Amino acid sequence: MEAIAQKIREAAAKLLSEGAVDCVIGYAKGTVPMRDYPYFAYTPEEAQNLTWSPFCTNNLANFLIRRTAGEVGKVAIVAQGCVSRSIVGLIKENQITREQVYILGVPSHGMVDRRKVEARFPLKTITEVLVDGEDLIVKGKGFEERIPQKEVRRSNCYTCVQRNPVIVDEVVAEDGPNDWGGNIDAVAAPWEKLEPLQRWAAFEETVKDCIRCYACRDACPLCYCHVCFVDESQPQWCGKGQDEADVATFHILRAFHCAGRCTDCGACESACPMGIKVRRFTSKIEKDVRQLYDYTPGLDLESTPPLSVYRPNDPQEFIK
Amino acid sequence: MNNLLEYIGIEPGRLHFSWISSAEATKFQDTVIKVTDAVKALGPAQRMVKDIRRVA
Repeated sequence: MEAIAQKIREAAAKLLSEGAVDCVIGYAKGTVPMRDYPYFAYTPEEAQNLTWSPFCTNNLANFLIRRTAGEVGKVAIVAQGCVSRSIVGLIKENQITREQVYILGVPSHGMVDRRKVEARFPLKTITEVLVDGEDLIVKGKGFEERIPQKEVRRSNCYTCVQRNPVIVDEVVAEDGPNDWGGNIDAVAAPWEKLEPLQRWAAFEETVKDCIRCYACRDACPLCYCHVCFVDESQPQWCGKGQDEADVATFHILRAFHCAGRCTDCGACESACPMGIKVRRFTSKIEKDVRQLYDYTPGLDLESTPPLSVYRPNDPQEFIK
Repeated sequence: MNNLLEYIGIEPGRLHFSWISSAEATKFQDTVIKVTDAVKALGPAQRMVKDIRRVA
């Protein structure tokens, strides 16, 4: 892990000192354990702050968009499988061009869900978490424990199908195995087996803690609209408060806007301060697109996204 | 969309989709009758309802 971080720092410093890119987007070590944050290195010295760990849960592709018009410089980005898939999506949706971005490819080893680690130490404060091979060493006042990373990974990382980056300009670390062997169809859309009444109850239970902070939206590389539908006031599509109908509208529509685009990177779920399992709805859409349209987003630059093309054999049983 | 709403527990039959040309008046009429009958049969919506007395 540290070896990869060192290679990222070297590659970033080289790019910046040569002037090949203006900025390298990567991760830096957070001030709180397990919270490594997105970092923008503009000088070779700043590049030394870059890191790579199992706590890099943000999707960096999010920072490639919304660049000011006329900004032509190139940025480099550290990308594992899911981030590279999001970059492919952004290129396809004409948000960025392939030439604007220099991709430092890293295979993903799966990211850790900090909540799963915290849940193992109820009422205790974790002051430091170190990575030791395949294990984490969790330290706090009066305790030190070793837990295998594979027990506390984020749920979307278990069923990842693309750990290696799909497009790359510079390989920082050699590709590893592409999946973990998890079956996404077995776990996606967990409410499908419930009765309609139970489904609604499950949905309400899932979103009941939502504080409408929109962290899920802001962390999502797909949510790049300049004005989100929840922020519009003329007309106001969705109320601003925490009325359950408004909360439900926000979550349903946000999930639906990601149809055919969501790469299941899990950034939304990791960003949620309330621990809402956002993927319970996005995974349903992701599964439908995969099964009805035989499409997995972000795997190549050539294929056309299912919702932007008409095919005579598109599923249309729902139209009466 | 239909799949997603059913997935989160909105009753099937509350949401309808149709292709109707502006020249298809009879199809429009038939569809509206079918839709209203289907929705009436389900009764008043209990989910995704904003109760103004509770909100205000």
